[in-house]
Amino acid sequence: MVAVLQTRWIWPGFTAALMALTLWMIFLWVPTEINQGNIQRSLYFHVPVAWIAMVAIILVAVASVAYLKTRDEKWDRLAVAGAETGVIFAGLMLITGMIWAKPVWGVWWTGEAKLTTTLILFFIYVAYLMFRAYFPPGEQRRRLAAIIGLLGAIDTPIIYIGAQLWERAHPSAVVGPLSETDSSVDGPIGTTLMVAVLAFSVLFFYVARERYRLRKQEDEVAELRRAVSLRPASAVASAMGTAGALAGSAD
Amino acid sequence: MAPALATIWTLARKDLLLELRSRDIVLAVVVFALLVIAIFTFAIELTPSRSRDVGPGVLWAAIAFAGVLGINRSFAIEAERDTLDGLMLTPVSRELIFFGKVLGNFIFITVAEVVIFPVFEALFNINVLQVETIAIALLASVGFSAVGTVFAAMSVRVRSREIMLPLLFLPTSVPLIMAAVESTSEVVNGGSWSDFSEWLQLAIAFDVIFVIASAVLFQFVLEE
Repeated sequence: MVAVLQTRWIWPGFTAALMALTLWMIFLWVPTEINQGNIQRSLYFHVPVAWIAMVAIILVAVASVAYLKTRDEKWDRLAVAGAETGVIFAGLMLITGMIWAKPVWGVWWTGEAKLTTTLILFFIYVAYLMFRAYFPPGEQRRRLAAIIGLLGAIDTPIIYIGAQLWERAHPSAVVGPLSETDSSVDGPIGTTLMVAVLAFSVLFFYVARERYRLRKQEDEVAELRRAVSLRPASAVASAMGTAGALAGSAD
Repeated sequence: MAPALATIWTLARKDLLLELRSRDIVLAVVVFALLVIAIFTFAIELTPSRSRDVGPGVLWAAIAFAGVLGINRSFAIEAERDTLDGLMLTPVSRELIFFGKVLGNFIFITVAEVVIFPVFEALFNINVLQVETIAIALLASVGFSAVGTVFAAMSVRVRSREIMLPLLFLPTSVPLIMAAVESTSEVVNGGSWSDFSEWLQLAIAFDVIFVIASAVLFQFVLEE
């Protein structure tokens, strides 16, 4: 019992401890940045979530290729877990970016290349998830979703190049009081940023892993329902087998 | 190579014949695009300089929105008559079916643009009928047809496909729309090829990558 409790709580415990350390570093340990003041602290959230939003689309693409090659459902579950986590982190990146940009640049939004790319990436994640929501479950949905995930990932670097060209053609109307200042990221600021990136990466893997497990259990429940509605003794027997596996995987 | 091209042409010709008899797609694309452009002439007070500033954006937004409707229609017709299954039963590789549909959609969009461009030029009083913009329009149409075809073949099987295709198509086409708008801007403001060569390169790269990727992935779309 104790052993079960321990293995089950290792990931969330580790994640929570690392996040607590990160929060302490961000709000208490790291000195206030001279030019921007306290608002600069949002950088320690903004950069890590932006990084995760990008990692997540790579995860979706890799899982999608693996699904198309092997047709193993576990890859599809991994892609969903990546996309659902990715859409949250992309959304957080946009929100933290806007909160930071308003006081520093004087505007909520500009055509900055990374912001534009993340916005479009956010829409690609949304389209991927909506497609899945509209489509009846089954092999066809998994296959088509994998294609969307893969094309979305292929598109992301092209969007970024386009957004960079666009930014150069339209120098942003940044007029904020601190728009000209440049902040360096070494010393305590760099250290805090590194720890924050690490903490958010661990958080991402924890959340994606939990989503993956939940997805697996959802599939097993659906399988059970189907088997029960089919009735024949052999199907119910195999459903019982699945139920046993479900009980086993629940802890 | 030649038989493959003949097959692609046969497949595209089927769509063109259907279109010649019904005139469903091109007419809808043209009317819709012109409506969008006309609404913008009310929404924005068009001074000559403002026309040049916002015109290219309006033009390409109208073509992207109208194009997605047309591509959706070209697959909806197949779905309504269950002819997609018929296509899949023909002894033709999936890539050739893909290129046949892409060619058909490319011709529809290009024909629609032939009407849209002069009307836009008249309404906005800016000179878009130039060699440079025609090259950009052809590049954009290739990319739109490739991306649109692969996504339309998927979204045609979803309930509410009318909303699903734009949701997939528009974010994916953003680099191409950017390239088309920026190059057209340069042209109407008196720029030459060298002023937008980077955007042209981006459009070409987008077309090459998406034509290849969509052709490869299309076999997974039509798989049973």
